[in-house]
Amino acid sequence: MKPIISLSPHVHGGDSVSRNMYGVCIALVPALLASLWFFGLGAVVVLLSSVLFCVCFEWAISTFILKSPRLTICDGSAILTGLLLGFNLPSNLPLWIVAIGALVAIGIGKMTFGGLGCNPFNPALVGRVFLLISFPVQMTSWPQPGQLASYIDVQTGATPLSLMKAAIVSGDTSYLNQLPSAFQLFVGSSAGSLGEVSALLLLLGAVFMIWRRIITWHIPVSILATVAFVSGLMHLANPVYANPLVVLCSGGLMLGACFMATDYVTSPMTTRGQLIYGVCIGLLTIVIRNWGAYPEGMSFAILTMNAFTPLINTYCKPKRFGEVKK
Amino acid sequence: MKKLESTWYNMAIVLTLIAVVAGGALGYVNELTKGPIQEIKARQLADGIKKVLCADQLEVQAPDTLENGTILYATDKGTAVQASDPNGFGGTLTVLVGFDAEGVIMGYQILQTSETPGLGAKASDWFQKGGKGCIVGLNPKDANLTVGKDGGDVDAITASTITSRAFLRCVNAAYAALNDEYADASTGATAKPKH
Amino acid sequence: MEDKVMNNFKVLLNGIVKENPTFVLLLGMCPTLGTTSSAINGMSMGLATTAVLIFSNIIISLIKNLIPDMVRIPSFIVVIASLVTILQMVMQAYLPDLYATLGLFIPLIVVNCIILGRAEAFAAKNGPVSSAFDGIGMGLGFTLGLTLLGAARELLGTGRIFNVTLFPEQYGALVFVLAPGAFIALGYLIAIVNRIRKA
Repeated sequence: MKPIISLSPHVHGGDSVSRNMYGVCIALVPALLASLWFFGLGAVVVLLSSVLFCVCFEWAISTFILKSPRLTICDGSAILTGLLLGFNLPSNLPLWIVAIGALVAIGIGKMTFGGLGCNPFNPALVGRVFLLISFPVQMTSWPQPGQLASYIDVQTGATPLSLMKAAIVSGDTSYLNQLPSAFQLFVGSSAGSLGEVSALLLLLGAVFMIWRRIITWHIPVSILATVAFVSGLMHLANPVYANPLVVLCSGGLMLGACFMATDYVTSPMTTRGQLIYGVCIGLLTIVIRNWGAYPEGMSFAILTMNAFTPLINTYCKPKRFGEVKK
Repeated sequence: MKKLESTWYNMAIVLTLIAVVAGGALGYVNELTKGPIQEIKARQLADGIKKVLCADQLEVQAPDTLENGTILYATDKGTAVQASDPNGFGGTLTVLVGFDAEGVIMGYQILQTSETPGLGAKASDWFQKGGKGCIVGLNPKDANLTVGKDGGDVDAITASTITSRAFLRCVNAAYAALNDEYADASTGATAKPKH
Repeated sequence: MEDKVMNNFKVLLNGIVKENPTFVLLLGMCPTLGTTSSAINGMSMGLATTAVLIFSNIIISLIKNLIPDMVRIPSFIVVIASLVTILQMVMQAYLPDLYATLGLFIPLIVVNCIILGRAEAFAAKNGPVSSAFDGIGMGLGFTLGLTLLGAARELLGTGRIFNVTLFPEQYGALVFVLAPGAFIALGYLIAIVNRIRKA
C-alpha cells in the first residue's frame, strides 16, 4: 500500500463528489414528485429519458472518444445533469429533442472541456439553452398541468412569463389579471417546464441542501433578494411590471437560483464572489425577462455569469492564513 | 530600386500620392456604378410592390408618406402600403401590404423585423397564401384581423402571439391609412395625396 | 525557372493547408462567424475576400519600394480600403442579390486581418508574382474554411447543403444558423482539423 503524505488535518470529512451529487439529487425529489403529480406520463418519459441519455452519452464519450480509463458515470454527476436538464424541459417534448439536449449537455457542455470539474458552463443549462434556441416552438409550448395520461398530445397554454411579457410589450395591465395568484404559483400548478411548477418544493430542496452543507445560502438568497428588490421597484414605478411575489415564483427562477446557479464547478469560490455572482444573475434575469427576445432570462443570466466566474474568483481571493495586509 | 527613406518629405509625398490615386480610382468606379445602383434600388422597391400586389406589370405613382410614417404607393393595380408597429416582441416590425381596389389583401412582405428566430421570425411565411394563418384574400372590412385569442379570425403563429398581434396591427394600420386616403379621394377634399 | 514554379506552388499550398487562415491562423474571425450561415454565403464571402487579397498583394508588392517604412501601415490601409470600396460598389451594381446577403460584411473586409497581415508579412517582402500566388493561396484557404463552416452550419441548422435537402428542415437545430452556433461549429471544425493534421 502506498502511504499518503499530506499536511494536517488528517481527518476526512466524508465529503466526496458523489456524496454531494446524490445529495442534490435527493433535494430534487420533492420537486420531482410534484412534477409527476402535475404532468403524469409526460414527466416520467421526459425525466427518465433525459437521465438515461445523459448517462449513456457520458459513458460513450469517455469510453470511445476520450478513452479514459476511469469510469465517471458512477459519481452521479451525469444523473444530476440529466435530472436538471429534464426539469428544464416541457413534459411534451419529443424524445429525439431530449436526446439532442442530453448530447449537447454532456458532449458540448461537459466532456469537450475535459469532464466534470473542467466545464466553464453548467452542462444542463447549456443543453437547455441550445434546445431553446434550436427548437423554440417545442421549447416554448408549455403543457397545462393536470393531463396525467398524455405525453405528446397535450393542451398547451400561456405561461405566467408570456403573460408578463405581453403586458410589458403592449403596456396593457389587463394581461396581468390573467396571472395566477402568487400563492397558487408558490404551491404549484401552472403551465411551465417540469421543474418550475412548485416554488415551495424547490425551496424545500434548497433548505435540505443548505442543512446538509451541500451549498451555502449566499447564491440563492442573493439572486432571489435582487430579483425581489428590483422587480418590486419596477412594479411600484409602473404597474405594467408584475408584482414581485409573482415574479419570484414564476418561471425557472427558483429552480435556477437553488439548483443551477449553485453548481460547484461553475460558481465562484468565496462568499464575497458568490454574492456578486448572485446579484448579477438577479439583475440580468430581470433585464432579459423584460426586454429580451426570449421570455425566460434565468438560464441566459446564469450562463453569462458562469463565464464571469473565473474573473470573479481572481478579484475575490480568500485571505491566506497568516497573511498580513500590506 | 532602393527603398525610400522615411523622411518627412518622402512620407508626405507618398501618402498624398496614394490618397490621390485611390481617390481617383474610387471616383471613377463610383461614376461607373452610380447608374446601375440607382436602377437596382428602384427595381427592388418596384419588385416588392409587384410581389405584394401579385402583378407582373404596373405603374407606380409618387409615394405618399403620412404623418405616422405609413407610406402609400398607389398603382394602377391597387395600393401597396408600408406600415410599421413598434411593439413586436423584439422591436419594430415593418410590413408592406398590397390591397386591390376593393381593399382585399393581395399579399405582404416583411421589410424590417427583429423578432426571435424560429418563433416570431416565422411571420414572413406564416400569413402568406398556404400558410397556417393565411390573410391573403381577406378583406379587413369583412374579416376581423386579430388573433384567435383576441376574438379574431387569424391563427396566431405557434408560441408567438405577441409578434402575431404586432403584425396584424401593421396590416390594420395599413388598411386604415388606405381607407382614409380613399375617403378623401371620394369626397374630393384632396384630390392629390397630401404631404 | 522550374524552381520558381515550384516555389509559387508551395506558396499557394501554404495558404490553403499549412497556414490556413481560418483553421490555423484564426484570422478574419468576424466575417468567418458572421457570414457563414449557409455554404453559398460562406463561399461568396471567401471569394470576395480572395479578390481583394490578390489585388492588394499585387499592388502592394509593386509599390513596396515607394513607401517609406514609417507610413507603410496607413498606405496599406488606404490601398485595401479603396479596393474594398470598389468591390462593394461593383457588387452592389452588378450582383445585387449577393450584396443583399453580404452587404453589411463587405466593408468589414477592410479590417480583415488576413489582408493587412499578408500585405505586411508577404507582399511587402516579395515580388508581385509570388505575392499574387500568396493572395490566391490564402484566399482559397479562407474560402475553403468559410465554405466548410457554412456547409456544416447549413446542414446542422436546416438539413441542407448548397440548398440540397438531406433531411427535413424541422429536425435542424436552428442555433447553428444563428451566431452562437457559428462559434460552436467553428470550435469543433478546428478540433477536427487539428486531429487530422496531427494524425
